[in-house]
Amino acid sequence: MSAEPTPRREVVTGEPRRVRPLPRYRTQSEIDEQTALGGAYVRSLMRGQLRAGLTVFGVLALVAGTLPLLFAALNSSALVWAVLGFATYPPLTLAAWWYVRRAERNERDFARLVEGRPAP
Amino acid sequence: MSAPDHMASWVAVALVVLATVLVGGFGLRISRTTSDFYVASRTVRPRLNAAAISGEYLSAASFLGVAGLVLVHGPDMLWYPVGYTAGYLVLLVFVAAPLRRSGAYTLPDFAEGRLESRQVRRLVSALVVGAGWLYLVPQLQGAGLTLKILTGAPGWLGDVLVATVVAAAVAAGGMRSITFVQVFQYWLKLTALLVPALFLVLAWQGDGRPRVSFDDQFAVFRADHPLYATYGLIVATFLGTMGLPHVVVRFYTSPNGRDARRTTVAVLALVGLFYLLPPIYGALGRLYTPELRYGGDADAAVLLLPARVIGGLGGDFLGALIAGGAFAAFLSTASGLTMAVAGVITQDVLPARGVRHFRLATVLAIAVPLAGSLLVSRVPVADAVGMAFAVSASSFCPLLVLGIWWRRLTPPGAVAGLLLGGGSALLAVAITVSGAVRPPGWPHALLAWPAVWSVPVGFLAMILVSLATPGRIPPGTNAAMTRFHLPEALSSARAAAGRER
Repeated sequence: MSAEPTPRREVVTGEPRRVRPLPRYRTQSEIDEQTALGGAYVRSLMRGQLRAGLTVFGVLALVAGTLPLLFAALNSSALVWAVLGFATYPPLTLAAWWYVRRAERNERDFARLVEGRPAP
Repeated sequence: MSAPDHMASWVAVALVVLATVLVGGFGLRISRTTSDFYVASRTVRPRLNAAAISGEYLSAASFLGVAGLVLVHGPDMLWYPVGYTAGYLVLLVFVAAPLRRSGAYTLPDFAEGRLESRQVRRLVSALVVGAGWLYLVPQLQGAGLTLKILTGAPGWLGDVLVATVVAAAVAAGGMRSITFVQVFQYWLKLTALLVPALFLVLAWQGDGRPRVSFDDQFAVFRADHPLYATYGLIVATFLGTMGLPHVVVRFYTSPNGRDARRTTVAVLALVGLFYLLPPIYGALGRLYTPELRYGGDADAAVLLLPARVIGGLGGDFLGALIAGGAFAAFLSTASGLTMAVAGVITQDVLPARGVRHFRLATVLAIAVPLAGSLLVSRVPVADAVGMAFAVSASSFCPLLVLGIWWRRLTPPGAVAGLLLGGGSALLAVAITVSGAVRPPGWPHALLAWPAVWSVPVGFLAMILVSLATPGRIPPGTNAAMTRFHLPEALSSARAAAGRER
């Protein structure tokens, strides 16, 4: 690269700007320090997230698994056309939207659990 | 074949190439640090990033291939775009946020960070480069076909042109400039299919709305077990999207896991919107370019329709618009893939890192598929891309899903799954392309659509070998799981420092 004309533009890179120091709670340091209790908290969050994910994936797999059989049985290209060409896209986006709401709620609940429990 | 006026198409292609270089150059001005270069400093907001991901994802297979396949084989082929879209839903629910929070730049980074094994890392690197090259070849061949049909240029010129522009754009600006290029190209691609489609449908109505029939016998053989082929396609595309190297790398550009999720929802909407259009071209192609049904270049249907249906100056103009959109498709997907492959080559093959070596790697990353595209005979674009999906679904999908959700995964398990799942899918694809096993019969069907058996093989091998080697569970597994799943707001300063490398 050729030399830059002065004044040189500074590029600041890194994590978000609006970082504010969080108050540290007992539960949170347990998660940081990998204690058994902290591990249990993370496991419960993972279970909740996995359940939400598996719900969406299960519905998707059920629909995608049966549709080809249905199409083969009915043998109507107009139906295939309508369903695959147009009707599938809105439900896919809606399912994604539902999942994101659910996953973010799980995380909010978890944050409340971690921050809200007073140290004994 | 009646082709649109050459001049208009040349101008459109030249404009797209020029705009790509200019928008890329704009990124170069603000691309200063290594982090900028690779992942745009992780500051790309959901909507911008979603347009970039969609712009990168909608490849020659989507722009030309889907319409061509629908034209030749009927509406069952619409499973392709549905699968390309649904793959993002699966990616969202299992991978998006944890992958972002893992803080790695590439799939090999993820593998090494999670499993603490150089061996797994090298294997993943090899598979990323293999899948990336497999995906790049049809992009370049599509470019060659487009330029040949639209301008009468020799078949190799388009391949070389796209490879050159991509190498220059990626080597110059890296990820930041690519983000802007991809956003621009998503909207260009949508416009380039939408506007001509409106005119084509109007012309079709003016014709007295002749009925499109899909009920007659299809002239070109596709599969003697169509139901099996459909399931093979569904498994490959639904599960393969999450592992495509150029898709994965884009998720690291989100600021945090929550934004990575929101980005994915926007991607689903944008990609779904785009996929409403190619089927229209497929149906109209059956009416107006029926000769393409009997073999030959069905991928050209989208390009030929405006001249065929509308003709005159308007047809030339619309044809040129489609040509520009098609080149945007080749350029965007090819640059994303080249970026991802070059990143892996820089980190795992070349002796030293840094921007200069990255530029050398870029040349390597595009030169090999260019040679392949010139030497290997053409497979329909969407089918060729489907094979890359099958390899990805059988290797990266088990690695990502089990790596993120299962604490008992071990390095030997990952190696076994990658080799048996990904390796067997790669082998099956290679045998199919070489033509050693020919239809009819189950052997050909099983090899041409391997995902139905190779994905379970990959998962089973990973799970069983991991269970058999419980002593090899990486010591950092719990820390990694915490990092993957804990919301950023709760991550401690220690974890944040770890993420920043």
